[in-house]
Amino acid sequence: MPFTPEFLWTDRLIYLLLAVVAVLVWHIRRHEHLRAPWRKVARSASGMSAATVLACFVVIGLLDSVHYRPAIAVKDGKTIYAVEVLSVFDKLATKLRVQKATTYSAPLATHRYSKELIGLPEGRQVRDYPRLKYGGAHLSDPAKEWGLDIARRCLYGLAGGALIWLIVATLLCALLARRGAVDTGRMWRAVWRGETEIPWRAIFLTLAMILAVSGPLVALAAQYHVFGTDKVGQDVFYQALKSIRTGLVIGTLTTLVMLPFALALGVMAGYFKGWVDDAIQYLYTTLSSIPGVLLIAAAVLMMQVWIETHPLWFDTVLARADMRLLALCVILGITSWTGLARLLRGEALKLREMEYIQAAHAFAVPHSRILARHILPNVMHIVLIAMVMDFSGLVLAEAVLSYVGVGVDPTTISFGTMINSARLEMAREPMVWWSLAAAFSFMLLLVLSANLFADAVRDAFDPRIRSAQPARLAARIA
Amino acid sequence: MISYIIRRLLYAILILIGVNLITFFLFFEVNSPDDMARVHLGVKRVTPEAIQKWKEERGYDKPRFHNDAATGARRFTDTLFFEKSIKLFAFEFGRSDQGRDIGYDISTRMWPSLAIALPVFLLGLVAYLTFALTMAFFRATYVDFWGVVACVAMMSISGLFYIIGGQYLIGKLLGIVPISGYDGGTDALKFLVLPVIIGVVAGIGASTRWYRTIFIEEINKDYVRTARAKGLSEPRVLFRHVLQNAMIPILTGVVVVIPLLFMGSLVTEAFFGIPGLGSYTIDAINSQDFAVVRAMVFLGSVLYIIGLILTDISYTLVDPRVRFE
Repeated sequence: MPFTPEFLWTDRLIYLLLAVVAVLVWHIRRHEHLRAPWRKVARSASGMSAATVLACFVVIGLLDSVHYRPAIAVKDGKTIYAVEVLSVFDKLATKLRVQKATTYSAPLATHRYSKELIGLPEGRQVRDYPRLKYGGAHLSDPAKEWGLDIARRCLYGLAGGALIWLIVATLLCALLARRGAVDTGRMWRAVWRGETEIPWRAIFLTLAMILAVSGPLVALAAQYHVFGTDKVGQDVFYQALKSIRTGLVIGTLTTLVMLPFALALGVMAGYFKGWVDDAIQYLYTTLSSIPGVLLIAAAVLMMQVWIETHPLWFDTVLARADMRLLALCVILGITSWTGLARLLRGEALKLREMEYIQAAHAFAVPHSRILARHILPNVMHIVLIAMVMDFSGLVLAEAVLSYVGVGVDPTTISFGTMINSARLEMAREPMVWWSLAAAFSFMLLLVLSANLFADAVRDAFDPRIRSAQPARLAARIA
Repeated sequence: MISYIIRRLLYAILILIGVNLITFFLFFEVNSPDDMARVHLGVKRVTPEAIQKWKEERGYDKPRFHNDAATGARRFTDTLFFEKSIKLFAFEFGRSDQGRDIGYDISTRMWPSLAIALPVFLLGLVAYLTFALTMAFFRATYVDFWGVVACVAMMSISGLFYIIGGQYLIGKLLGIVPISGYDGGTDALKFLVLPVIIGVVAGIGASTRWYRTIFIEEINKDYVRTARAKGLSEPRVLFRHVLQNAMIPILTGVVVVIPLLFMGSLVTEAFFGIPGLGSYTIDAINSQDFAVVRAMVFLGSVLYIIGLILTDISYTLVDPRVRFE
């Protein structure tokens, strides 16, 4: 085989999450009362536009979650695989990953950022900006051709984006027309005037915007470092794209990890009351009374010591970094399950007094069955809302924690590590701003669309549930 | 009321014991002091003697819960648990792993933290409430709509961006105030302006939106309709009735953070080079000073619990219906 698949722990959990989502989708599609709130989400224009952007991020994140090790040689009939673990995304972006400059270079630059001694062919040496090895290497005279080349590539990118958009939009419209049993032309007009039930116009417009930006980006990335390069010459665009997976992993797996605890303890506290309630309340009050960032710092410090004293447990660097990422998710989960548990307890307290639960008691239905059949399904909307609302906060928290020094492994590419390594360059004259700009704009796009989508979900499921109190949240993280 | 407070205090002590057990577990059970010594000393110099010496200097060489070698009460007091955890209750933080007196460091470093956190808190509260009330006053108009849009956009921006952007814009580009640093006395003012402004701006999005939700919820209640039916002017309804009734949910979020202001903000202080407790914690994390981190965890929980009790007391002040029996 030319490669051997590699399953990191976060990968496995992501696959698990995907499987859960798939089962849920299948389940929800079959029950009208579960579909109704999702229809409402689908009718929200801002929510669906945000979902479109999120979907693009998720696709990149998923491509980056399929890992393998390529084969390098065959010896005695046995294939030897590389130590380096790659992902499908790495494979697609090989050019970005491999084509490194030696040090800083500005976005779209053809020359290095600082002057250096260059040996001329005739033996003389001059101090000048050396050409980059890959950025704009195809130009013979950058000073003259550069502007034209950039413009041409942008145009090609736009044209390509427009073509893809046309194809996707046409296919979708044809599909919609078939489902709605109208002819395609009428469907187009309905979409164009915004008369469809699901706001397809907003979705198409969002898609158009995404393609209008990513088309030129891709076209330029083929020959330039679109967002420049960092200190060791790595392409910043590549780093920004890789950061997406880290952000998604932290935002989703944290909730996935803490969910069983929060769900079980919160519901049990509300349902059983009495000493069970007291014990569980004591547990979460204690945990939540430690300021979050300090608890996280303490736990991460201890985990670092643990990883350092057990180096043999991890066979590759990536496996080690991945374990640390997962541990960070677990630690974040431990510090953040208390809020959800409190909400669930309140809801369970309310539910246990309902007539249908009383009726179940009268029929001598065992507690376990009441919890599973009658309470759990009725608190699931709270879980869903908490999950989508926590996401953006977690992505933002990752950046802060990495800055504080208790975030992801320094070798893991994330928004936090990007910002952290770039902030020292603030003092440089002229400033190296592109790493920060790329990290912040990708993060803004991700968090903003997550926030908008979360709002749409909350409005559809339970508009009364408020987002976490910002003051308390601020006390928790930083 | 008094008996309620006493009950709360007893519960607080119970919680602090829990916090103590958690930190003890984290710092001494997950990894033994030997592991910590090894990480601290680095790979090269690790000899059993060096580890022993490191532990002795910092008092980590005692048994965990029970000292068989000692007699009498010292069987329990001459242990790690007593020395490192129980003594925290008396606010005896001991010495840091670098050998400095933690208690002294905390008492000197909390004032710079407070000098930033308190203005941010007060100015922020006034600003956010003003914005939120304005948006509630103009609800269902373009002012409100674009206000919410701006809030969502602002809360989606990373806090680090506000700091870095603010430093660049005001400190470097305009050169009005120094980018970072700190000084005692009135000189501190010029160093404090920038972090305070940035602290307030960074919180606008999330907080304003949160207060607006509270106000809008309150405005839709019956007593507001009654007040309007009586012919009260809209500003009077808003300030006299809605604001007062919205105090309960507002206080829940606000009072609890007041004691925590002493702790300062980790990121702000690190960026602006302010010698407060936040940067103290960051330094401790970076140099893996476990004693300091442990002390800060305990201090943070104490302050948080004080905040919770203050919150409950403040309810009785703003809402005569709340009684603790």
